[in-house]
Amino acid sequence: MQATKTTHTEPAHSHEHHDPGFLRSYVFSTDHKVIGIQYGFTALAFLFFGFLLMICMRWQMAKPGEAMPIVGKLLESLLGEVAKGGIISPDLYNAFGAMHGTIMVFLAIVPLAFAAFGNYVVPLQIGAVDMAFPRLNMVSYQCFAVGGVIMFVSFFIPGGAAQAGWTSYSPLATVIPTQGQTFWILGMVFLITSSLLGAVNFIATVIQLRAPGMTWMRLPFFTWVQFVTAFILLLAFPPLEAASVLQLMDKVFGSSFFLPTGLVISGKPYDISGGGSPLLWQHLFWFLGHPEVYVLILPAMGVVAEVIACNTRKPLWGYKSLVYSVLAVGFISFIVWAHHMYLTGMGTKISTFFQTTTMIISIPSVIILTCLFMSLWGGSIRFNTPMLFALAFLPMFGIGGLTGLPLGFNFSDLHLHDSYYVIAHFHYVVAPGTIFALFAGVYFWYPKMTGRYMSETLGKIHFWGSLIAMNLVFMPMFFQGLYGMSRRMSDGGATYALANPANEGVVTALTQTVMKLNVFVTHAAFLLLIAQIPFIINVFMSMFNGKKVENDNPWDATTLDWQTPTPPPHGNFTKEIIVYRGPYEYSVPGHPTDFTPQNMPDPKPAK
Amino acid sequence: MEIPYTVKPRPDTGLYNAKLGIWLFLASEVMLFGGLFSAYILLRVSSDLWPHGMVSIPVGTFNTFVLIASSVTVVMSWASLKLGKLSAFKGYMAATIVCALGFLGVKSFEYYAKFTHYDVWFKDEATAKKYFTAAYGEKGEEATRKLFVERFHLHNTKATYDANQIQLTGHLFGNPMFATLKKLTSAKQETIQFTPDAPFGTHDHPKAIEVKLSDVQRLSAYVPAHSTYFAIYFTITALHGLHVLGGAIVLAYFLFTADHWWKKSPEQMANRVEVGGLFWHFVDLVWIFLFPIIYLL
Repeated sequence: MQATKTTHTEPAHSHEHHDPGFLRSYVFSTDHKVIGIQYGFTALAFLFFGFLLMICMRWQMAKPGEAMPIVGKLLESLLGEVAKGGIISPDLYNAFGAMHGTIMVFLAIVPLAFAAFGNYVVPLQIGAVDMAFPRLNMVSYQCFAVGGVIMFVSFFIPGGAAQAGWTSYSPLATVIPTQGQTFWILGMVFLITSSLLGAVNFIATVIQLRAPGMTWMRLPFFTWVQFVTAFILLLAFPPLEAASVLQLMDKVFGSSFFLPTGLVISGKPYDISGGGSPLLWQHLFWFLGHPEVYVLILPAMGVVAEVIACNTRKPLWGYKSLVYSVLAVGFISFIVWAHHMYLTGMGTKISTFFQTTTMIISIPSVIILTCLFMSLWGGSIRFNTPMLFALAFLPMFGIGGLTGLPLGFNFSDLHLHDSYYVIAHFHYVVAPGTIFALFAGVYFWYPKMTGRYMSETLGKIHFWGSLIAMNLVFMPMFFQGLYGMSRRMSDGGATYALANPANEGVVTALTQTVMKLNVFVTHAAFLLLIAQIPFIINVFMSMFNGKKVENDNPWDATTLDWQTPTPPPHGNFTKEIIVYRGPYEYSVPGHPTDFTPQNMPDPKPAK
Repeated sequence: MEIPYTVKPRPDTGLYNAKLGIWLFLASEVMLFGGLFSAYILLRVSSDLWPHGMVSIPVGTFNTFVLIASSVTVVMSWASLKLGKLSAFKGYMAATIVCALGFLGVKSFEYYAKFTHYDVWFKDEATAKKYFTAAYGEKGEEATRKLFVERFHLHNTKATYDANQIQLTGHLFGNPMFATLKKLTSAKQETIQFTPDAPFGTHDHPKAIEVKLSDVQRLSAYVPAHSTYFAIYFTITALHGLHVLGGAIVLAYFLFTADHWWKKSPEQMANRVEVGGLFWHFVDLVWIFLFPIIYLL
């Protein structure tokens, strides 16, 4: 991308600095834009990789015990015994499941939503020359890359990757005799360190480097959400780091932090001191885990807000409500974690408390979504690809959010807990929710990054294909879950199906309808895979032969990220930036254009 | 391209970038140690037995004063810079680093003592009583029980404990570190020479006794695998120790590059020392919490 940047930029601005060389420019760069793009490409690669793991799992669920065509052979030659004959064994299924979750959350969505877009856009939006600590920023990416490599390598060690789910509940995670979990923990320590450095950097940048006149209530909404997200990462991740250290001690030094007294594994007493608490891991994990959910969704809301404001040509409806709601979500997200633990027997009083806070946090979330919906009212909407994705985000996130309420209630969670309903719920939030918003972001900021538009035709094929396939994949899962199908079953529930002779006459056995949905969903997942091909082609092709942007502000946007040269040079701005107005002054009566950039002074009053 | 406020504070926040950065970093550190302290509380309240007096209070107190002294000297070094006294800065900073190394030295001495100290649990009550008598003579069972009661502060409970729940505490011949029953048996050893600890209130070590490994149910040095107490003790103090080491390395770097920075930019140098000092105070503060929960409570 960088190479095309230089070849296609107008030779307008002269290079003040001497050329720092390839390594310093692209690999060990301290420029926030390069780091953002590094994060972006790495995260997109991991997103695709995590998706492919899921395709393998879906095959196994639809056709339990059957060899995977083509890929099966490859898996067998790469991974050996666990994929014997091209069949994904239950162990491998577990490893793929655990790593799908880990990769999607920690190596794909967070780095893409927070680190990639945040790094590229936030300093531009606040009128800063770079991040506050450019070298720390580089180290942050390097830690992320090391963590990613450790996670990736763990597939190929003897015994394979971690198998205890992305939540890594102890004692299971500790007593599995392979070393995949140790790799997982080490990888997490690097990823957490990376996030912490990033979070410190983001907060310091937004507080210290805002351009003159950029007051708090003039910050674009995207910058606000990144600011709040950074605080969540800063304060929620360390307890998981603590938990990781404790689990590492259990795994490597034989301590018993999460291992109870009297633990028996495969019929034998486990040789440990005991006295630990499995519940402690869950508390420490979910203390991160729930705020993490907001790390996944808040940046997406920020992207959608920017795209909607620009493409409706009117100000965001309720900017202040949006800001205060995001702050409220940030605070409350720290006191809802135990709603993941209703079934652990932690006590009804604690459950009631967390049930209450969980219901409270839905209020600001609904305010945000409502404001975004209201922003459409009366706008003259441009239906370009970024806008289509942003528009699709709204109902998709709505479905994801509202189906979460029954999980937040103690009594209904008893039935739904650990079922496919949960899978459908959080995938609606993250996949057609967050990922759609991130696609919107890619289509939206691509012209600023490269100086060329992405293809609208391919974009629209990508959009409609993804929208339809996503719903075909996840909607049936609600029904499977309501029928009682559990998650994390490598045979897709065949053991508990009515068709299994062992379950004859069992009332709660899974009916054929439920089982057939497995096959249907797998077909839909392949459709989703096909729908991503136009996007991949589009990202690479458009760098070379996309339509060139007409000027530096191709979408006629108001925020400062569009008031720079295209692509922005090292140091970002060619003139001094002073901010005179709020972020979304679209269609202001009496102005010559339908957008007034934040750095445009008011016209001098006529004498 | 110049990033603003790297040296001079931004007027509306009153902070230069690095100072805000370190405060944010410390906030995350509070959450990290907060998570570990919470784990400590949860493990302790849910445990049946929690030992006391396993670590030496005088040694811990000494280390506490060493760290507090280093916090004073690090402030003095920063103040010396602000007053323009480079040589005073060097002196105070060197004193800080000496304190840090002293702290780590004492800590490693404490660790070594733990790694070579053993508890042995026996297979059944009769075997246990046999060894108690061998160790402490006729009233052996009483002496061992006394040590047990003192260790777990069980004076006020009427609970009785089976002799085979009670361990014999002492040292192995040759002072090996990290020995376990598994390691000893796989080394084809059948017996060990075991020197029991002195009875409660005295310092007279009994003579070494011979213990058959076939009589032993569990044997563990004072390592994380020994018990939840030692697990959390080693985890938190080791993590704290790493912070001391990291901080000392950074401060030593400031000391050794002092002349260079003094010429280049005294103000920025003072800022760097201030930021390093803030981290150092935090490390000190963590110890102020650690000392009571590990040594005193």
